[in-house]
Amino acid sequence: MNETHAPEGQSAAKISCRGVTKAFGSKRVLTGVDLDVNVGESMVIIGGSGTGKSVTIKCILGLIRHDTGSIKIDGQEVNSLNTREREEINRKFGMLFQGGALFDSLPVWENVAFGLLHARKVPRRRARDMAVEKLAMVGLGPDVGRLSPAELSGGMQKRVALARAIATEPEIIFFDEPTTGLDPIMADVINNLIVEITRKLGATALSITHDMASVRKIADKVAMIYGGKIIWSGSIKEIDRSGNPYVEQFIHGRADGPIQMQVRRL
Amino acid sequence: MKLDLRLNPLALIGRAFLSSLSSAGRLFFFTVESITHCVRPPFFSRLLLNQIIEIGYYSLPVVGLTGIFAGMVLALQSHTGFSRFAAESAIPNVVALSITRELGPVLAGLMVAGRVGAAMAAEIGTMRVTEQIDALKTLSTNPFKYLIVPRLLAGLITLPFLVLVADIIGIMGGYLVGVYKLDFNATAYLDNTWDFLEPMDVISGLVKAAVFGFLIALMGCYHGFNSKGGAQGVGAATTNAVVSGAILVLVFNYVITEAFFSR
Repeated sequence: MNETHAPEGQSAAKISCRGVTKAFGSKRVLTGVDLDVNVGESMVIIGGSGTGKSVTIKCILGLIRHDTGSIKIDGQEVNSLNTREREEINRKFGMLFQGGALFDSLPVWENVAFGLLHARKVPRRRARDMAVEKLAMVGLGPDVGRLSPAELSGGMQKRVALARAIATEPEIIFFDEPTTGLDPIMADVINNLIVEITRKLGATALSITHDMASVRKIADKVAMIYGGKIIWSGSIKEIDRSGNPYVEQFIHGRADGPIQMQVRRL
Repeated sequence: MKLDLRLNPLALIGRAFLSSLSSAGRLFFFTVESITHCVRPPFFSRLLLNQIIEIGYYSLPVVGLTGIFAGMVLALQSHTGFSRFAAESAIPNVVALSITRELGPVLAGLMVAGRVGAAMAAEIGTMRVTEQIDALKTLSTNPFKYLIVPRLLAGLITLPFLVLVADIIGIMGGYLVGVYKLDFNATAYLDNTWDFLEPMDVISGLVKAAVFGFLIALMGCYHGFNSKGGAQGVGAATTNAVVSGAILVLVFNYVITEAFFSR
């Protein structure tokens, strides 16, 4: 059932989780997540709502402190880091938030250049040029840079957020539900951009989604989370013959199967 | 069983006590963390300047209006009282003392708590619920340094200036009523104001202002930073920021007065 270990012949894991648990009060959300993401690989975690996808990614990012278990980034254990060391590790990260999480007090270009300006101390003029360059990579013109995030449509906001996530050319990029709330065409545009950009940067990617079209497009490897645990993982090619009833129910979107939703019958 | 627990008065008292202890603890650690970030680089001077303009410059009209009407009504009211035992000449001094020691800092503090404390809580609270604070962290920027420190320092620095303006305009309000309505001699009114006003009267007011500025910003930031649960959470954070800011202004007004003037 559990096939989470690194495939043969691959280099060391970029991200490695072992037995990660997290509870909020009496609610146990993660019950022992084991996950390896190798260098340059695009891993997608799939799973239903409330199964612990977001909490897993937030624990790895350091936004939530996990209770027990080990999380290693490039072999370095993150449990024992102080704030400054944590900030150093975070420099390797880029994150695309589900709702974009753009800073509405800043114009678009400053949003994109934020990491360059504040964490990398790039001069404003140079940072602005680099922001325009990144906006072009996601298909937005330089004039968009002057607008405020509130003036953009949902799809454009997502693209700006993507430009911000890649602006510092991070080693690891996280995508939290990158296509949620977008129309199918814009969703495909975003999927293509994710594939193209992670390849171009040679970055490692960790995404969470429940959109199977997105999974098939962006994933090299897939891990399915259920009940706060990774219950199956394997390459994208294997997903249709996983032999795992949970995975099969999920990828075919069936209401009947081992995963039972808490729905009260009328 | 659950209902019983809810109706049990001892359980209610216990729960309220525990929750107030944990809020006090959270506020304490928030304050300590904010202060340590105030003295450790990097500093965001551009953001500090923005906040000084936001808090200081844009609060000038409201603080000025409060000051002038407070001074005017003070002159009128003290005239009513003092004329009963022929002590009208004390009016300029009473106006100056009341404005510089009490009404200037307290009224400016309350107005700023409403205007600025609410805005801070709403802005930071919205940033919290839309994951913008998480985004700051993933961009290797400490939210305390980027959001909290500039606001706390701006509150600390600008409120004394605002109160100084309120003092001057308040005394001017008293002067206008005194000279044009109560028929005081203009020179005599000013002489009476200056002759009895001591530096400590003004200084104590400015110290109060600095403390109030810090507390108002602290409440705005704390409630915003810890807000959760969408629009309703941000609304509650805003209300709490204004109410707790205003109450702290009144409490610390007494504490500082006691520290300065009790003998």
